[in-house]
Amino acid sequence: MMNTRVLKGITVFLPVMLLMLSNSAFAADAAKVDPGDTAWILVSAALVMLMTPGLALFYGGMVRRKNVLGTIMHSFIAIAVISIQWVLIGYTLSFGPDIKGIIGGLDWIGLKGVGVAPSDYAPTVPHLAFMIYQAMFAVITPALISGAFAERMKFSAYVIFILLWSTFVYDPVAHWIWGGGWLGSLGVLDFAGGIVVHVTSGISALAAALIIGRRKGYLVEQMTPHNLPMTVLGAGLLWFGWFGFNAGSALSSGELSTVAFVTTHTAAVAATLTWMIIEWIHHGKPTMFGAATGAIAGLATITPAAGFVSPMAALIIGVAAGLFCYTALNAKTKLGYDDSLDAFGVHGVGGAIGTISAGLFASLAINSGGANGLFYGNANQFFVQLGGVAFVAVYSFVVSVVLLKIIDFVVGLRVREEEEIQGLDVTQHGEEGYFF
Amino acid sequence: MKMISAVIKHFRLDEVRKALTEIGVQGMTVIEVKGFGRQKGHLEVYRGVEYEVQFLPKVKIEVAVTEDKLEDVVNAIQEAARTGEIGDGKIFIYNLQDVVRIRTGERGREAI
Repeated sequence: MMNTRVLKGITVFLPVMLLMLSNSAFAADAAKVDPGDTAWILVSAALVMLMTPGLALFYGGMVRRKNVLGTIMHSFIAIAVISIQWVLIGYTLSFGPDIKGIIGGLDWIGLKGVGVAPSDYAPTVPHLAFMIYQAMFAVITPALISGAFAERMKFSAYVIFILLWSTFVYDPVAHWIWGGGWLGSLGVLDFAGGIVVHVTSGISALAAALIIGRRKGYLVEQMTPHNLPMTVLGAGLLWFGWFGFNAGSALSSGELSTVAFVTTHTAAVAATLTWMIIEWIHHGKPTMFGAATGAIAGLATITPAAGFVSPMAALIIGVAAGLFCYTALNAKTKLGYDDSLDAFGVHGVGGAIGTISAGLFASLAINSGGANGLFYGNANQFFVQLGGVAFVAVYSFVVSVVLLKIIDFVVGLRVREEEEIQGLDVTQHGEEGYFF
Repeated sequence: MKMISAVIKHFRLDEVRKALTEIGVQGMTVIEVKGFGRQKGHLEVYRGVEYEVQFLPKVKIEVAVTEDKLEDVVNAIQEAARTGEIGDGKIFIYNLQDVVRIRTGERGREAI
């Protein structure tokens, strides 16, 4: 009896003592690194990474079965292509030492000088942890655009596009808002990427849908989603990962990350329910596809406001997300453009609504590092937010149009008509998703 | 010999199989099919885009029988597959020229 108890005591305490020893050893090396914050940022980076395969399934279920792998591939390959772009040049362009508020300098090219000592961006975590966390944002953003040109884009053109788009749209905008650039200096609030991620990708998606043109047979042939359970699984993974996306953007583990976690979930459920109710009234039945879309719209919309607003404000923002994004999606067929998987309607509209909402509901009582919004007596913040959205929207649209035109001229954006009929899986990748 | 081919509702399939085994039918083939009849299609809405679904899913069963069993089998299928609603399906009857049991090479009535 006694012996086993002693043994148990030793097995419990020995690792704890070793842990304490190792902690104090590290504390001597880098006094400012907080293990709790670092753990949360690394976990958050992993959570945000999982969002991109989640997006792959979310989009993959919505297309016809002949395009399932081609659609999943768009997201999946972005992980590899953009991560490499990021460590080589993207990180330094976005977060490198500021040059006149426009772009980051090349000082950190190839992660030169980016080590385990903390940076000014996140003073309690290793610089490398902040870098890899931001890498996951850079990865998912161009993948979001792929919903606009699903089922008809040439794969080679896609890879060139995301590489150029990240370099000329994502990296500069990330610098302007988060990297010490001019929009951040003007006071634009964007907690986790309403502008940097959702407005850039959503507006570029609209540009892409207009330039590449409609799918063959759009609004004539039946183009129903081939596997909605896959889409719902993807939505679930996105939702799960979004806690890393928004709560991780506190860049620390504690009060602020908790607020962002709660606002994120509150807005997501408010938008889910709002979407379901409107659809039930408007089309007569509450659909699973609608509920999943509503959740993603709510998550995208709360993103810029997550760490600046109260949970009750998040509830209102979620309802607004449901209303506006639902309307945008239903207007699409009347306007006639084919944003196939609604990258603009969900992310462009949601990101803009959320960023503007931050200008209404932001409160210094929630986040002393933020600002007060219109409802807290600071009307100026509302116009700053509006201006930030408008400028980045125009910039993203124009640069995307130029990039797409150049790629179209050089390699061609679109697959041949017979390839589109046969499907991307066989013609672009030489494989099929299903054999039965 | 006759070939009976019946298009029925999915959820009646088990009843039909039971009814047929009860009267001694020793084999049938089942195929998933789509089609339209007097039963109208329905509307599906995906993110606000409406699609008229014109072809409804049904199952088609095929049973080969000797003439003396034909009426019994047709009656069994009709009774088991019937719900009384539009869309219960149809039974088609063809002349069957020959049958071969692959394992033994038996032909005609012996092979059914």
